[in-house]
Amino acid sequence: MTKLKKIGKIKFGLLSPQEVRKMSVTKIITADTYDNDGFPIEMGLMDPRLGVIDPGLRCRTCGGRPGECPGHFGHIELAAPVIHIGFAKLIKKILQATCRKCGHLLLDEEAKKKYQDEIKGLKKIGRSTDYLIKDVFKNSVKIGVCPHCGEEQKNIKFEKPTTYMEEGHKLMPSDVRDRLEHIPDDDVELLGIDPNNARPEWMILTALPVPPVTARPSITLESGQRSEDDLTHKLVDIIRINQRFQENREAGAPQLIIEDLWELLQYHATTFLDNEVSGVPPARHRSGRPLKTLSQRLKGKEGRFRGSLSGKRVNFSARTVISPDPNLDIDEVGIPLEIAREMTITMNITPQNIKECKEYVRRGADRHPGANYVKRLDGQRIKVTDKNSEELAEALELGWKIDRQLKDGDVVLFNRQPSLHRMSIMAHKVKVMPNKTFRLNPAVCPPYNADFDGDEMNLHVPQTEEARAEARILIAVEENLLSPRFGGPIIGGIHDHITGLFILTRGTTLFDENDALELLRKSHVRDLEKPAMHENDKPYWTGKQIFSLILPKGLNLTYRAKACENCDVCKKSECKMDAYVVIKDGRLLCGTIDEKAIGAFSGGVLDRIIKEFSPAEGKKFLDNATRLAIRAITHFGFSFGIDDEDIPQEAQSQIDEIMMEAEKQVKRLIEAYEAGELDALPGRTIDETLEMKIMEELGKARDQAGNIASQHLGLENSAVAMATSGARGSMLNLTQMSTCVGQQSVRGERITRGYDGRTLPHFKKGDLGAAAKGFVKSSYKTGLCPTEFFFHAIGGREGLVDTAVRTSQSGYLQRRLINALLDLEVKYDGTVRDTRGLIVQFKYGEDGIDPSKSDYGKSVNVRRIIQNITGQDPAEV
Amino acid sequence: MKKFNVRDHEIVPEHVIISKKDVEALLVKYSITKEQLPKIKSADPVCKEIDAKSGDVVKITRNSPTAGKSIAYRLVVG
Repeated sequence: MTKLKKIGKIKFGLLSPQEVRKMSVTKIITADTYDNDGFPIEMGLMDPRLGVIDPGLRCRTCGGRPGECPGHFGHIELAAPVIHIGFAKLIKKILQATCRKCGHLLLDEEAKKKYQDEIKGLKKIGRSTDYLIKDVFKNSVKIGVCPHCGEEQKNIKFEKPTTYMEEGHKLMPSDVRDRLEHIPDDDVELLGIDPNNARPEWMILTALPVPPVTARPSITLESGQRSEDDLTHKLVDIIRINQRFQENREAGAPQLIIEDLWELLQYHATTFLDNEVSGVPPARHRSGRPLKTLSQRLKGKEGRFRGSLSGKRVNFSARTVISPDPNLDIDEVGIPLEIAREMTITMNITPQNIKECKEYVRRGADRHPGANYVKRLDGQRIKVTDKNSEELAEALELGWKIDRQLKDGDVVLFNRQPSLHRMSIMAHKVKVMPNKTFRLNPAVCPPYNADFDGDEMNLHVPQTEEARAEARILIAVEENLLSPRFGGPIIGGIHDHITGLFILTRGTTLFDENDALELLRKSHVRDLEKPAMHENDKPYWTGKQIFSLILPKGLNLTYRAKACENCDVCKKSECKMDAYVVIKDGRLLCGTIDEKAIGAFSGGVLDRIIKEFSPAEGKKFLDNATRLAIRAITHFGFSFGIDDEDIPQEAQSQIDEIMMEAEKQVKRLIEAYEAGELDALPGRTIDETLEMKIMEELGKARDQAGNIASQHLGLENSAVAMATSGARGSMLNLTQMSTCVGQQSVRGERITRGYDGRTLPHFKKGDLGAAAKGFVKSSYKTGLCPTEFFFHAIGGREGLVDTAVRTSQSGYLQRRLINALLDLEVKYDGTVRDTRGLIVQFKYGEDGIDPSKSDYGKSVNVRRIIQNITGQDPAEV
Repeated sequence: MKKFNVRDHEIVPEHVIISKKDVEALLVKYSITKEQLPKIKSADPVCKEIDAKSGDVVKITRNSPTAGKSIAYRLVVG
């Protein structure tokens, strides 16, 4: 391990012209790069002392080879000073704050002293002095006569981007530099600048550092032509104009021409530093593309900071669209053959595996599990081709390495962004498959929060034995069935898995031997138990029996299913909803399997199996359960269509009546309100009371209508089956489709905005009735009338805005939390410490419990222990 | 005005200054230096009340929703 190094301090400052010259290895004087023979010209932009980029050559300055030599700066002596665009604004502020003649800060000695002391005090206790500095600038600009030399100050105007005007008179950069030079060190300090590291006149460039060639490598095109980096192009421009400026000045050219050239030099220096300055046309490549100069290299998403330093790209990774495959195990991932052939694992050749390795090499790169590269002891890497595969296979020796293609059973890390919790990256076993998508069992969608509407996922291949071991032991899907957030299963059956087992285990559906075995075909269960009954000498099994076969022996569990109606006195096994679930010794005696049994986040049966048996047993159960469920649902067939929302005529008229009654009731309330007969509820105004009562009335009406509808829709209705089993949707969804959509709301209130005194011009002003305030009487099936449709759109839009705002806010909240906590670590002694070893908690979570090993957050489940020992539920004793 | 003792408030946990010997034992138990302990200011109302001076270590016994009782130590500073 490399030793940790501590950063002592970071110093920020400006480069002085002397420093620029001192660190420079050569002065650059010619704009040419290479001569006719293709050799770099000395004192040109590609001077060999600036570093090496061509392989095989050595650096003339440090002797390093390409890759070793970091490159060395050169410099250009500018014929005339130019403004550094990054400091243009600050220069203006300084010019305004200092005397045009003597250079002193325009404050009298007393004020200066006061600021100096205050700044000293603040620096001592390590506080920011920003607001004081601001004050200094603000106060000194106001002063019109220098308190030191009595000079009258002229008004200085800054014309973007780089011109300073003093009462109609232009200040050349050399004038500006002269003034800045005159500012005494003491005054510089008051301007927020440390004079030891940055003198203000250094903000005017006189010597320009030339970046090493390693920072602007030229590339050779296939045609043999060299293509230079954008920075080099810009430097060429600067040198050309610099030379012309010098020649013109020496030849005594008229002032006008000199000034034009000076301007041009300023333009090139500006765009060299930043090509996106407002007011400066960006310098362009011959093709018309704006050049990417220094500032553009650093800025933005793909810039040095966000793109290269905090963001990294990795090898041995793949990304493609995902699609479902319920036939895979939950800890498998289907990988396209093309990807498997490209991705490799390095094998060290040992006496134990040399035969296997030879076989991979013999197969070559084109026949699937083959090898792509062989690495000899001397470090030479040889590509395995059709031609050399036999030869290489024979030549293999101990200690060599081969890059073997990915094959079935390899461990890989699978990930979907955003990686919000640790289950966003899990280790899967490879299963090489045809076609071009990653395949995964839909049961692992919840932890990744994945669906198949075009989601893409990433895959990484661990390259060392340690990494693979860690992946198997810590990151495997099997080890992450339980969430560390609440100690329950986070992976579990979804949608069809739940519906499938629901219809299979509900009531007593009978299956003959053929059907029973057909259902269990993919579930690794071969032996049926004693049939539940015989008819015409043929044995029959119940759905509950079939499900019991995949439960582990020894599992005992009693709970109430989702369909439970919370009757006052529980009828236990006589429950008409079949919602009282009893599992004894791995046999489902009564009750229906639903979301509360196998669902992600809430699956009780799954939870018990994982905790009382093992994660491996839990994984096996989940594999079997999902397969059985898929077979069951295909056996029965399951579909949902528009006619599933049909409601019999008599129910419809009942519903209409309820709606009429509700509207009448609302009208009565409004009349009472207008007559002033309405009594205000405690803590409410009369207006609020009316609103609440109307909302309540309409809500009641919708619920009543929904109840009537659901009386006529039984469990044979697919939507009802999905809602009661918890697979998808709710009874409310169904009510909205079949009966009545209900009140639309904005911020929990009836819709009130729109025109003056009304929501839409279709209503009378001041109408407080149901329809005028966004009550949708129609159902989705009958269709909404135009005003209803409009209100629905309002309500729907609020929902969308809410989710958009919430996700961004909670995302940022979580990011800050994670940034604050990410270095904390639970040590072996149970303490939580930061990187300095400072103790944050003496015992993790105060009780030292790993929540993923806990029982829904509790460290022990006393009731469960009693039940396991006595065989009785303590609640029933 | 009647003086109010913060330690009497029900949500203020119990703070006790521990002896030199106990501090030694504590540092050995967690193999840490004093500086690695969490800090509490000597100006903290409870510290003033129990007269804890900079350099003392206080033992804080809290009621914990997860563990019933939990014990933490803090180094008095400043």
